[in-house]
Amino acid sequence: MTERSGVEVRLENLVRRYGAVTALDGLSLTLAPGELVALLGPSGCGKTTALRLLAGLEEADEGRIVVAGKDVTGLPANRRNIGMVFQAYSLFPHMVAWENVAFGLQMRRVGTAERKKRALETLELVGLGRLANRYANQLSGGQQQRVALARALAIRPQVLLLDEPLSALDAKVRARLRDEIRRIQLEVGITTLFVTHDQEEALAIADRVGVMQAGKLEQLGSPVMVYSRPATPFVADFVGLTNRIKGIVRGGAIDIRGASIPLVDPTSADGPAVALIRPEAVTLTSDGAMEAGPLVGTVIAVAFLGATSRVTVDLGDTTVLAQVATSAASQNPAGSKVRLTLRPDPVLIQREEAAPTAS
Amino acid sequence: MAVATRSVQRTRWIKLQVFRYITFAAAAVFFLVPIGAMLEFSTRGNTGERTLAYWQSIFSYPDLIDFNFGPAPDAAINASLELALITSVVMLVLLVPTMVWVRLKLPHLSRLVEFICLLPLTIPAIVLVVGLFPMYIWLGTNLSDSILTLAFAYVVLVLPYCYRALDAGLGGIDVKTLSEAARSLGASWFAVMWRVIVPNISNAILNATLLSVALVLGEYTIANNLLYNNLQVELVHLGRANAGVSIAVAVASLLFAFLLLVLLAFIGGRPRRARPEAATALAGPLAASQT
Repeated sequence: MTERSGVEVRLENLVRRYGAVTALDGLSLTLAPGELVALLGPSGCGKTTALRLLAGLEEADEGRIVVAGKDVTGLPANRRNIGMVFQAYSLFPHMVAWENVAFGLQMRRVGTAERKKRALETLELVGLGRLANRYANQLSGGQQQRVALARALAIRPQVLLLDEPLSALDAKVRARLRDEIRRIQLEVGITTLFVTHDQEEALAIADRVGVMQAGKLEQLGSPVMVYSRPATPFVADFVGLTNRIKGIVRGGAIDIRGASIPLVDPTSADGPAVALIRPEAVTLTSDGAMEAGPLVGTVIAVAFLGATSRVTVDLGDTTVLAQVATSAASQNPAGSKVRLTLRPDPVLIQREEAAPTAS
Repeated sequence: MAVATRSVQRTRWIKLQVFRYITFAAAAVFFLVPIGAMLEFSTRGNTGERTLAYWQSIFSYPDLIDFNFGPAPDAAINASLELALITSVVMLVLLVPTMVWVRLKLPHLSRLVEFICLLPLTIPAIVLVVGLFPMYIWLGTNLSDSILTLAFAYVVLVLPYCYRALDAGLGGIDVKTLSEAARSLGASWFAVMWRVIVPNISNAILNATLLSVALVLGEYTIANNLLYNNLQVELVHLGRANAGVSIAVAVASLLFAFLLLVLLAFIGGRPRRARPEAATALAGPLAASQT
């Protein structure tokens, strides 16, 4: 199933400026053959710019792009053999689905019969063989993006680029198509760069996730690593929810209201700091008459998320989020007193004077 | 309550329909009465009898029409038709790629391009002639004094109308995304224009062409003042000698423009329908899922 036949892609020290604004500030990234890397980040962080430079739709001010060992930095988009699916619906309105898919083959002067055969085969791959004769305006958003995926794959590109292809779709279709994209990517074994601002999407389908901010790569790693061991406070903040709780660093651990938690970087200097703690590292206990204490608070909200619930606890001078099993959350409705327990996993700290709130 | 609401809605609907029919009838009368009068005039003989003599004699005026279509047409209708063709082609070749390029690569220049294209609207034709006169003297001396050189002036004249029509067409599609999609699939810039942009703005191109043809066929001031003999100039000359033929030709040119409009409606108005599904034999298990 996972016979990987893709090529290596290297982005080397890419810089792209728009006037005084630096959209990409020395981005370096290597994609292994057949790997799916997701670039994640807020709007304006440079992730789409990186994708467009790789596609050849924009030119880099500095740096190099190497695909399969060949420097393609100066090649125009139409000579790069890179397939791309766009955020906006991009099917050619005057062509039916199979003609759209066959367009790239027509540009490569493939014979009529062969290109129709290959277009239909590729439409079949994305499950749209029966809708081959429909125009774009007769297809739903999800179907249009699947045709666009087929169109990008039909030319048998060396690299596949996905520029937030699911952002215009509703939640249910997004989840289905996301899995579909991953299945097809594994089946074809193509090296893929996926750009998204949706962390759930990135964590769900990527082999590795790159988190970007201000034109730079903050962290690149497996989804588990990025989530559980964020390299910087920004990554901790951007990927998943994070509690920011004040404490005092002493000897490689941080003391938070009497609970000592080890630091990711045990060499950190002693002194006041803000610990970044995931909601799932916070557990709740309630054992009858609760005495007042530094980690005892009042539940002020319970958000049902399905198997788990997110409980907001007011500690008086700050609020803390805890993500617990729904069965446990149901025992602590809003207004009840609970004691928080912080899991002793190593945590990141921030030195600046940040307000002690959950984000 | 519901019955009363329905009654009010029905009354409004009837009023709207009546207003539509009255407006349509008024517009039809406004346009058709003069044309009808011209047709009536051009089909009456000197003694009041019904005759097609004026219409038949159109072909007996070699200054009006002949069968010499070429780089130096002698007859006015031939010249106007050739000018309409040249003007339309030059306008499209000049305007479509420029407008697409400005949208794709130089969006900050779009206001400037719009301003330049709309400028001829604000300049009276007679003022244009004053500016064009020295240029045409130079053209006639050094290059050619063919009436077809009027196409240069006519391209400028039709710019505002054609710009508006094409701009509306380009505004209806996502030029940037479609072009980038085509480029990423291996299309050259020529293929992007010819295979992706042009088919998707075909209605706008037809509109622009129709406007340019109508303007060129009806242009009098520039041709007359630059001493060229196009259809309108010849009609004025003919009107002095033989009013019946002059009116017959005017009606014919109006009918020609009307035919163009009808053609436009038929060619441009075809809705896109899915082609027969039987054409594709392959079918997947997820094919019908509406995702």
